Amino acid sequence: MKRPNADWLPPVLIGAGIVVLWEILTRLFAIPPYVLPGPLLIARTFWTDAPLLLGSLMITLEITVVALALAALGGALLAFVMSWTRWLERSLLPYAIIAQVTPVVAIAPLIIIWVDDAFAALVVCAWIVAFFPVLANTMAGLKSADPNLRNLFRLYGAKRWQTQAWLEAPSALPYFLTGLRISGGLALIGAVVAEFVAGTGGAASGLAYRILEAGYRLQIPRLFAALLLLSLAGIAIYALLGWLSHRAMERWGDGRPSL
Amino acid sequence: MTAPLFQTRGIGRMFGDGTKALDRVTMTLEEGSVTSLLGPSGCGKSTMLRIIAGLDIPTAGNMAWPGGAPKTGETGFVFQDATLLPWASVWDNIYLPFRINGTSRDEARDDVDAALHLVELDGFADHYPRQLSGGMRMRVAVARALATKPRLLLMDEPFAALDEMTRYRLNDDLLRIQQDIGCTVLFVTHSVYEAVYLSRHVCVMTKRPGHVIADIPVDLPWPRDPSMRTSVEFAEGCRIVSDALTGKVPA
Repeated sequence: MKRPNADWLPPVLIGAGIVVLWEILTRLFAIPPYVLPGPLLIARTFWTDAPLLLGSLMITLEITVVALALAALGGALLAFVMSWTRWLERSLLPYAIIAQVTPVVAIAPLIIIWVDDAFAALVVCAWIVAFFPVLANTMAGLKSADPNLRNLFRLYGAKRWQTQAWLEAPSALPYFLTGLRISGGLALIGAVVAEFVAGTGGAASGLAYRILEAGYRLQIPRLFAALLLLSLAGIAIYALLGWLSHRAMERWGDGRPSL
Repeated sequence: MTAPLFQTRGIGRMFGDGTKALDRVTMTLEEGSVTSLLGPSGCGKSTMLRIIAGLDIPTAGNMAWPGGAPKTGETGFVFQDATLLPWASVWDNIYLPFRINGTSRDEARDDVDAALHLVELDGFADHYPRQLSGGMRMRVAVARALATKPRLLLMDEPFAALDEMTRYRLNDDLLRIQQDIGCTVLFVTHSVYEAVYLSRHVCVMTKRPGHVIADIPVDLPWPRDPSMRTSVEFAEGCRIVSDALTGKVPA
């Protein structure tokens, strides 16, 4: 257990040092809390506002998780469909790319108008941001199968679905998981951006909405607390997906994305 | 013993970009024997093997199978890499050809276990490829190729990436297995010693475009024995093949 300690220690020490320095500076220069609250004040606000903030976090997370699940499903499914013929890939991929490159902030207002249900509208926004990495990675993964294994499948007279199910899909799994890890972070960003755009017109309860609200009311410590919670959520999603792909990849051996 | 499994006449393969990989390759493979296809890298040996396996189509010439062309599963192929499914156990890797043709695990069990036994990997059915050494992985690939009881076993430089000791051992194992089951083996290699040691015939190929310039019978007794590797007869056999390879007229 020596190695993990050695890996964790430097960033933790740096973080602790910065927090201490931050507290000292805010006190030394008597910086008003509506400009920059000290870490102790943020922690206290975090504690007192916990019910409100955690409730908002749950709403944002719900949007994120639903969007991510749909992104994983939709991205992988679309990649499979596109791998059937080049014709399908050529005709569908441009639209996937258009959806990806158009900034979600720009289309979010439209989606919020079109989709009646506020929750569904936010999920759609987050999904648009999150599905592309899964799609692109799975597509690359499906093509990554060892050419000689393909030859072997051909030699034994494998049907298209057999090659796809027993060779291409397992070959694509590490790529899919890499895409999923990227999409996890993006789904959260998508959810937050959509909440910002929706503002009071939306569900009016997610974490992003709390940040907006705290900003308007100059409740800067609460803004910081919400921000902190948001990045913690991002880290947790990333770590969880990392652990998940690690577990799934155990049979692959060393977790290399190919072979 | 001398009936041909197949004969090729004037096989040519031109790639789309105009490269001529093979030119008028004519060769005969004796049923039940080991024949080597020897040549420098890039001489079209692998392309020839792919054509024989039906994985590539020649642009000229034809092939004749006097006893009928092998059906699906009657041709085994071993690549230069073990080419195993990394996510599947040793047993499942060998089961793959059966799985593809719709044979259930229970029906295939005897054949898969027998193939494992043949390559002396009995205790390793549940291991994963990453847990095995390079030589053991190659044995799994050989077992997979043999499990369906093929009439023809095609091997594309299968032991080239292994160290010499392992290669010697696998050469001897291959000969033992071939004697046991009596399949026809076409072995592609760029090693003169390996070709001479393993084969009854060595077909020597030249480069660009690939062409068989000599079909040299190897005059060494069967079964081959590791002590032959240092014998005078073996050295003489290697000399004859080397001369053919470098363009001198075979003795």
